[in-house]
Formats: sequence, C-alpha cells, structure tokens
Amino acid sequence: MMRYLAPLFAFLVLAAFLLVGLTLNPRQVPSPLIDKPAPKFQLNQLQEPDKIMSSDDNLGKVWMLNVWASWCVACRDEHPLLVQLAKTGFVPIYGLNYKDERTTAMQWLKRYGDPYTISIVDSDGKVGIDYGVYGVPETYVIDKKGIIRHKQIGPVTVDSLEKTIIPLIKELQQQA
Amino acid sequence: MIRPLNGVTKVAVLVFLLFLLIPMTGWSKEAVPVAEDPEVEKRMLILTENLRCLVCQNETIADSRADFSNDIRREIREQIKANKTDPEIIQFLVDRYGDFVLYNPPMKATTILLWFGPAALLLFGLISLIMYLRRRRVQIEEVSLSQAELEKAEALLNEDKKGKNV
Repeated sequence: MMRYLAPLFAFLVLAAFLLVGLTLNPRQVPSPLIDKPAPKFQLNQLQEPDKIMSSDDNLGKVWMLNVWASWCVACRDEHPLLVQLAKTGFVPIYGLNYKDERTTAMQWLKRYGDPYTISIVDSDGKVGIDYGVYGVPETYVIDKKGIIRHKQIGPVTVDSLEKTIIPLIKELQQQA
Repeated sequence: MIRPLNGVTKVAVLVFLLFLLIPMTGWSKEAVPVAEDPEVEKRMLILTENLRCLVCQNETIADSRADFSNDIRREIREQIKANKTDPEIIQFLVDRYGDFVLYNPPMKATTILLWFGPAALLLFGLISLIMYLRRRRVQIEEVSLSQAELEKAEALLNEDKKGKNV
C-alpha cells in the first residue's frame, strides 16, 4: 500500500510548495534599509526651488516619504489615497520627486492634488539610489529618531494603509 | 491599353530603378563610443555582469537597458573614478538593495538551503540507493540447502537422467 501512496505523497508536497510560491510576489524584495537610519539628503524643494530641505529637519516626528514622479502611472492609483490621508493631518507626507521635470511635476500636482507637506527634487535619482528605490511609487515610514520602519514597494492601497501603515505610525507616534 | 515603351523611356525607367538601389549610407554615422574611459568601462562591465537588475529581474545590470540599470552603471562609473575598490562598490549596492542584487549570494543562515540544498538532496538520493541495493542483495542471496535437501535434489536430477537414458 505504502508503495503506491509514496509518489502521491511526494506530489502533494511538491504541489503545496509550488502553490505557496505562486502567491509570493518576486518583485517585493525585502529592503536592507528597514530598521536602519534613513539615508541623509539635502535637496531643493519643488515648489520653492531656492529652498533646501534636509532629512534632519524631520527628526522628532514620524513622517512618510513617498517617492513619486509625473511619468509614473502607478503613482496616479495611489495618489487620491495620499491626498485623503494628508487631509486628516494624521501624518506628514513628504514627496521625493524622482527623476522628473519641475514644470511637469508641478502641473501633475495641480491636476491630481498635492498631499505633500514639502516635495523635494531628486532629478538625477541619486537620493533614490541611497534609498534603494527601484520601482516608483515607493513609500517609507520613518520614525522620530530618523529610522526607516517600513517600506512599501508599489502603490499604497487601502488594505496596506489600514492593516500595516496606519497601525505602525500610531505605534511609532506613541514612542518617545 | 498598354503601349510598348520607346527606347528613351526604357532607359529613363532603368536609370530610375538603378537609383532606387543606392543604399542610404550617407545617413549612418560611426558608432559613438559609450564611455570616455575604456578602462573604467571595462571594470564597470565586469562588476555589473554579476549584479541583478531589480526592475527586469532576470537580466544583469550589464545587459539591461532599463533606466534603473543606466543609473546604477553611472553610479558605478563615478565610484570607480573616485577610486573605490570593487568590494566597496558591491557593498554600497548591497547596503541599498540587499543581497538580491547579487547573482552570487553570500553564505549566511538564510541562504544555507540555497547553498547546500542540492548537495543534501544528492546525498539523500545516494543513501537511498545504497540502502535499496543492500536490501536487494539480501533478497536474492542463494538459499543454502540442508544436507537432506541436497540429497533429495540430487536424487531428482539423477532420476531425470535415468529417465532420458531409457
């Protein structure tokens, strides 16, 4: 009896592995930056080009860094959610305008709404490399000490906001 | 109605057709060298051949034409010019993109299965094979006969011979 059941059993084990494999997303590469200090930057602001924003300006508060671009189609999907979140005043969202042109970027914000406290310009993608950006949009949650606590690759969804990002931010805001 | 062409028209048509055969060489240019410094380019290529493009995951950064790979290549060129060593450049990228960027993953707790899994499977197969062969040898080993059984067999064989002689 065992003789005949063994191949069936082996097949079931294999099938189970493959089934789990199908549900995984190979594009979600775990970032080595989680729980590490957010890379420092000093960048020009989008709206007021002669002003500079530094990553250290945000020490002491929990904030979100959203990497976006006017050429990024998926950014349009998540954008209304960000606008909504910004309206609640729950957490400040900063925009990293990644490899974009100032004029088109400004037009884009005018058209779709501007959820960002400040948008900063990373025209050559250098800061993007420091943050390990490879697929726009990407969103980082950074805590009061300037440590990256979460990275969302791809558009933010209602699900990811409600299940992961918002509870995490609430928890981080309570920390000293 | 089609009339046969006269001599002059024939020549004109022929000349026109010949003109069509002239290749447009005038429009092509000599390929522009990709980099100003071939030494830097060579080192960059060797490095990027072992790095994965995260956007087009089954391509190396050396092969990929994605924007992402362009940026990484530019970054590596700059670092080479800034006299960074190869391990330093690799570490720079691993710090940002993780081990996944490497085509040769380092040996650590999370990659043990990756490194030794195939060898373990081979070993398992070999052990199973040896065990199976041993068991089989026992199964087909000759059964030793007792003295009485031997005599009986002999008698039967002899009987057979006698029968044939008759």
